[in-house]
Amino acid sequence: MEQLQEIDNDKIITRNESPRSKQRRDIVYKILANKSAIVGGVLILFILIIAIFGPLIAPYDPVAQDMVNKLQPPSSEHWLGTDHFGRDILSRLIHGASITLLVGFLSVALGATVGVFLGIISGYYGKRTDSIIMRFMDILLAFPGILLALAIVSVLGGSLLNVIIAVAISSIPIFARIVRSSTLSVKKLEYIDAMRALGASDRRIIFKHIFPNVTSPLIVQATLSIATAIISASGLSFLGLGAQPPTPDWGAMLSDGRNFLYNAPHVALFPGIAIVIVVVAFNLLGDGLRDVFDPKTKD
Amino acid sequence: MVDEQKMLLNVKNLKQYFPIKGGILGRTVNYVKAVDDVSFTVYEGETVSIVGESGCGKSTTGRAILRLDEPTSGNVEFDGADLLSLNKKEMNRMRKHLQIIFQDPYASINPRHTVRQILTEAMEIQNVWPKEKRDEKVIELLETVGLGAHQADRFPHEFSGGQRQRIGIARALSVNPKLIIADEAVSALDVSIQAQVLNLLKKLQRELNLTYLFISHDLGVVRHISDRIIVMYLGKIVEIADKKSLFENPKHPYTKALLSAIPSTDVDNKKERILLKGDVPSPIDPPKGCRFHTRCPFATELCRTEVPELRSSSDTTSDHQVACHHAEAIESGSLQPVVSS
Repeated sequence: MEQLQEIDNDKIITRNESPRSKQRRDIVYKILANKSAIVGGVLILFILIIAIFGPLIAPYDPVAQDMVNKLQPPSSEHWLGTDHFGRDILSRLIHGASITLLVGFLSVALGATVGVFLGIISGYYGKRTDSIIMRFMDILLAFPGILLALAIVSVLGGSLLNVIIAVAISSIPIFARIVRSSTLSVKKLEYIDAMRALGASDRRIIFKHIFPNVTSPLIVQATLSIATAIISASGLSFLGLGAQPPTPDWGAMLSDGRNFLYNAPHVALFPGIAIVIVVVAFNLLGDGLRDVFDPKTKD
Repeated sequence: MVDEQKMLLNVKNLKQYFPIKGGILGRTVNYVKAVDDVSFTVYEGETVSIVGESGCGKSTTGRAILRLDEPTSGNVEFDGADLLSLNKKEMNRMRKHLQIIFQDPYASINPRHTVRQILTEAMEIQNVWPKEKRDEKVIELLETVGLGAHQADRFPHEFSGGQRQRIGIARALSVNPKLIIADEAVSALDVSIQAQVLNLLKKLQRELNLTYLFISHDLGVVRHISDRIIVMYLGKIVEIADKKSLFENPKHPYTKALLSAIPSTDVDNKKERILLKGDVPSPIDPPKGCRFHTRCPFATELCRTEVPELRSSSDTTSDHQVACHHAEAIESGSLQPVVSS
């Protein structure tokens, strides 16, 4: 029987390339077959291109004021109109894209790094370590995300960097929880015991054997968290705690526009739409990835 | 034979209690006494089996010796060193000499690593061979366990259960251990594959002078591989004997019942099946006195109050030890089983 198996394996090997690249290819196929992942992914790619090449595409200088043409409605000259300083809204949106994405990516990267670390430590060591870390996470979770971020920014002072830090801190507990629960289930597997029996250090077990097994839920959560982070960051900017003028930040633009909501609604409308598109795109991609990586939770 | 040999593993009064937490404060309300005061010795080069039904603490004993779960109390002496007194670092260094083979070949190897990575990592952890010789050693190990060099770069999912178990054995061997604890190492395999793996283990023992602590519930397998056998019931050892003596002349009523459950292929020689009544009592609150008294047909008042010590009975050699107050009386027929209808 075993010999038969061997022959079979040999055939498979000669036909295909290495099994790992086959696994990867399978995942890529599944992602490509998932409509919401594709729509979200294409949108994000589009926004990314705009963010990178923005300065080359934008028709006007985003901070150049033109008081004669202030609050102009959309026209052939200014596609999305101008704001109360006569600045071209389209140019400002294009320049703002990179800020928005940067805030989203950086804050999630920062929050996820700390969260993953705490989660793995908590799940792996258990007992008192686990209790202390998770109770601290519970405290963070007890605050609504935006309120927590608001409190942190008020302490640190308003600036883009502080917004990133604040949003990152408020996203730590979600990552810590997800990673902790995955760690708990991976830790029980016999091959972790085998590594311990071989005398592997905790660090080796955590990084080489546990971490690679918790990445799938992590990727999904990170994508979804970027959307939340962008909303939180825009909210903080809207409240005047984020990027300071004249930086073309979408949240701040929305805030500027609210004073002219009656006679020039486009000033607030377009940044609002831009935020919605980005957030929806990340949510679609995140949901799609979840279906691919974790089919069990699919409704 | 045994007396001339060197003592390799000496377990004394090993206890493993798992706390049961309850209430909102998570206080310990009780303990599961998985292993309760177990002592035995394993000599170099022999195969000692621990048998018993599920939940009797045989796997827990194995894990406690390796300190995969920290034992509650007791003494584990290995090759002259007291394992339980070592700190984490010293213990990790010591692990080179004690390895384990697990039951489930599908769960015991990391599915993301190739065979080569798995074996190289084991050598790397214990630093057993110089870096440039490790590749060569991987091939050698694979051939030792009956796999081919061409399979070194494959992933575990490309192997069958038996082949995976061979990978598990190769991993255990990669650090040159003296003692291998085989925790139900063949239970998950098909019978034909079981025989192959058992014969491999036997061959390796001869070639590498290994000592096995073989944990199993399968008496057929145990009979095939063991030199000596330890029978456990509900966290305690009820009988220790060499294979021949145990199978031909079991002393403890539990061992007798266990052995009578082996199906016989001989039609003319029908054995009497000893059927035990009831279930194994809970290890949370084990019976007082002899733990087997609730199911033992010979139980007397003495059994209900006093814990029997492990001792050698009058008509056996000193190597055959049994934990029963009435071993001799049962043997001579002066104590008859109480038959309940």
